[in-house]
Amino acid sequence: MERIPILRMGNFLLVTIQVDMHDQLALTLQDDLSERINATSARGVLLDISALDMVDSFIGRMIGTISGLSRIMDAHTVLVGMQPAVAITLVELGMNLPGVLTALDVERGMKLLRDRVASE
Amino acid sequence: MSSVLSSGTQPVRIEQDVVLARQVVRKAAIDCGLRLIDQTKLVTAASELARNTVVYGGGGDMDWAILEDGLRKGVRLLFRDEGPGIADLKLAMTDGWTSGGGLGLGLTGAKRLVNEFELDTAPGAGTRITITRWT
Repeated sequence: MERIPILRMGNFLLVTIQVDMHDQLALTLQDDLSERINATSARGVLLDISALDMVDSFIGRMIGTISGLSRIMDAHTVLVGMQPAVAITLVELGMNLPGVLTALDVERGMKLLRDRVASE
Repeated sequence: MSSVLSSGTQPVRIEQDVVLARQVVRKAAIDCGLRLIDQTKLVTAASELARNTVVYGGGGDMDWAILEDGLRKGVRLLFRDEGPGIADLKLAMTDGWTSGGGLGLGLTGAKRLVNEFELDTAPGAGTRITITRWT
């Protein structure tokens, strides 16, 4: 079965989405991530979507769910790399991703995660 | 009156077809000369409607066409299925309302992302949705 790889970097999990995601793949990623957070006691998830040229309501919902479930499991999720055209479209679509932490790039995202975890 | 520069049909039967439909629409949008932001809006709207065709319409087809109308060009998409149709249009066009497990942003969101939006449906008579994005 097709899967999106989840890499471990110390306390954090790194997910880079580089394929045009169909819905089942998004659902599988959600399940895989919750299992990996549990198995590794990760404190943060970095979700890199810089390669995605569109985010529709289904993928948007997946992002919100991942953010919410990681919070419940004592981890933070930071979404990084959203392309400007994707951001504009997403807001016009009606999705503002409330509560989802974002950063412009991976470097800033990692810093945000480190700061969050250090302040707890 | 606008003329058709090129056109085609993409089956939208199963979930994976939604990805193929997005790719077909992206190519048409590029060929048409839409700006990146307009390409993204059209592809996103197409993704929402293609998913509806699969999930609610039981599968169907997407007809696409690149149009020329005087100085402007555009991409027109028709999503058609022979499914159960939409019984309560007003409700279906309400932000946040869903008959399935979604967020209820598909129809209303898609409408906001395009220049023209036409919906033709009746209970038992399937659904036809036409959207157009102009340069």
